[in-house]
Amino acid sequence: MPPAPPSTPFATTGRSRKGEPWVWLTAAGLAVGVVMAMALILLILVKGTASFWPRQIELMEVQTGDIVETIAGYITEERQRRDGEGVVHEEIQVFRGNRDLYGEGFKFIDRANIAASTRPGDLLLVERMEYGPAIVRAVAMETPAGRIAAGEPGFEKALNETIERAAEDRTRMLRIERKQIGANSRELTEIDRAERAGRINPETAAARRAMLQEEFTRLQSQAQAIREKLNLSRFIAEAVDGREIVFPAEKLIHVFPANEAGLMGRLGEMFRRIGTFLTEDPREANTEGGVFPAIFGTVIMTLAMSLFVTPFGVICAIYLREYAKQGQLVRIVRISVNNLAGVPSIVFGVFGLAFFVYTVGGGIDRMLFSDKLPTPTYGTPGILWASLTLALLTLPVVIVATEEALSAVPRGVREAALACGASKWQTIQRVVLPASLPGILTGIILAMARGAGEVAPLMLVGVVKLAPSLPIDDIAPFVHPERKFMHLGFHIYDLGFQSPDAEAAKPMVYATALLLIVVVVTLNLAAIHIRNRLRKRFAASSF
Amino acid sequence: MPDSAPAPRPDFIRVENFSFHYGGSQALFNIDMAIPERRVTALIGPSGCGKSTLLRNMNRMNDLIDGVRHEGDIRLNGASLYDPSVEVISLRKRVGMVFQKYNPFAKSIYENVVFSLRVAGRSRKKELDETVERSLKAAALWDEVKDRLHESAFGLSGGQQQRLCIARAIANQPEILLMDEPCAALDPLATLKIEQLITKLSETYTIVIVTHNMEQATRCSHRTAFLYMGRLIEYGETVQIFEKPSHPETEAYITGRFS
Repeated sequence: MPPAPPSTPFATTGRSRKGEPWVWLTAAGLAVGVVMAMALILLILVKGTASFWPRQIELMEVQTGDIVETIAGYITEERQRRDGEGVVHEEIQVFRGNRDLYGEGFKFIDRANIAASTRPGDLLLVERMEYGPAIVRAVAMETPAGRIAAGEPGFEKALNETIERAAEDRTRMLRIERKQIGANSRELTEIDRAERAGRINPETAAARRAMLQEEFTRLQSQAQAIREKLNLSRFIAEAVDGREIVFPAEKLIHVFPANEAGLMGRLGEMFRRIGTFLTEDPREANTEGGVFPAIFGTVIMTLAMSLFVTPFGVICAIYLREYAKQGQLVRIVRISVNNLAGVPSIVFGVFGLAFFVYTVGGGIDRMLFSDKLPTPTYGTPGILWASLTLALLTLPVVIVATEEALSAVPRGVREAALACGASKWQTIQRVVLPASLPGILTGIILAMARGAGEVAPLMLVGVVKLAPSLPIDDIAPFVHPERKFMHLGFHIYDLGFQSPDAEAAKPMVYATALLLIVVVVTLNLAAIHIRNRLRKRFAASSF
Repeated sequence: MPDSAPAPRPDFIRVENFSFHYGGSQALFNIDMAIPERRVTALIGPSGCGKSTLLRNMNRMNDLIDGVRHEGDIRLNGASLYDPSVEVISLRKRVGMVFQKYNPFAKSIYENVVFSLRVAGRSRKKELDETVERSLKAAALWDEVKDRLHESAFGLSGGQQQRLCIARAIANQPEILLMDEPCAALDPLATLKIEQLITKLSETYTIVIVTHNMEQATRCSHRTAFLYMGRLIEYGETVQIFEKPSHPETEAYITGRFS
């Protein structure tokens, strides 16, 4: 009997034979991507929120050589510096405010030189209209009723009342200056135009001009009266080195006892700062105050862009997919459209400037606003042209997504519609488009995500550092598509690289970046919500 | 209206020496047949024999395909379908069609049924309501869906969706109902229901049905045509075709020797 053949064991190969390493590689690739994205979000989240947290103020005795200096401020950064001899110095960066006294708000201090450090409760962080925050001790309040020294009963009440009244009066003055004086000067321009066009005779024009001039003087003195009355109250304080700082009520925004406040006080202060950031106009070259105009501009511009790109893209895709004879030409067109998505966005900006602003806008000016020339109305960068430029930029995204959605509609459904006696257009309109709506919305979501974060082309076609008024407001005709606007993306760039005090603007950069992410995510979530509701309605989940 | 016609016409649809080409390949060769009114006529034959092509020519659904051409003619009640003056849309309003895979629209049950009225520009609420009730009753679906007419059609079972498609096809009261393997995607119970429905509908409509199921052809058709390789091999009363086929190929096919 021949010996039984040796049973062959199952091949026990290493992982490499079976291609397992690639699983690890792909997983690792994804993991690295996820970690990087998370780290980015986390960094912005932490730095962005931290910039709102009120920190405690250190009072330090700093000795440099024989000179002893008293410095108060909060620590913003710690670092190590190696000097020329190779000795390592532990340094801290301190924000001490009072830019009006010291010239700049930040100072580096060698830890070795700090003789003493305390956190006295009487230090106040004062927010004001100019020179950034101040760190002071209260001395007294001067009101029309008399002087109340700090610590005396009624001091705090007087201070708080003054701050409140200052806020109210500032709003009133702003209303007079922006709205009433603004209306006045618009009317003046209108009279000039009418006179030049010969619609009213020179005498009437002169009379009305005189009337407006009188009105203007009256409004100005009204604002001046409010200002003078308000400034009868003053907050007297002294810096830690003993120099006196006087805050006229007009400039006073907020006083916060940075060391005395407990946890609740700190949280309250944080929410107040976030509220200010979200709802107020920027001050002091954008480094202080809020970013409301930028939020508003970003949202309006993105919505307007979606409004332009959606019908245009869908119409293009319908022709390309449903009507055009599928041949070489359509293939070339399709490839070109796809490649359009890869064109650098600044190129679109240049095109927008040349075509929309100068050609179209200039044309509109010559036809409709020729009496205002050479001052351009539409022939200058503005939110309308920015939206149209971005619509063009995101057009390929919408076309490609719509085409895919259209081609995903089963042939059977189209045939059923045709068999019911529908024409081709009725089939598209009543059956194909509704069925592909979720897919089209996906395209719009992608377009919005791309458009909202775009900055480069906007700099050419309408974004500015500081827009005096919003593109939509309560002044007739309420919508002003020709106006320039502010944008969060550009605001980040402006704060980080164009601001006079880059160090002071740093927290704002992170906070604005966080806000931009939140705005884009919110816009996307809204669109996704709409899409999901549509999907649920038809329960057709092919996308 | 079929009801007003005195007696079924034996040649309601006339296929006259009809040939059909997809690009370079010929799918139908000189088909000649007369389909009687208010009867069920089954088209049987192995896959690729041209039965679906013939069916889809009866409402000119094949027009959608590039590079097709035909010779001969199909006449509906004497009128040529391929006359240049015929408007395809008006033709399709007279010829309803039900497909192999049920294909309701992403709309409510109600809107599915009234689709053909909507595209014809008819939107009087009363007329639409009546159409929905009549069509769904005729499609034996009314009792099952009458409480959820405004819900999505995708919530229905496969058999119900196919009956909804039948209701949609007859909503406009066509003269002819074309069915392309209407039970191919359904389970036996749903198939049974559709077959009963076909028998009932044949009292009102002229039905042409393509089927792969021999039993279905015997159960619910009056006349049967056997096509093979694009040619009409045999055409006659269903009973006669299945009991005494005169062509050896027909016999081979219905006894299952090839398919």
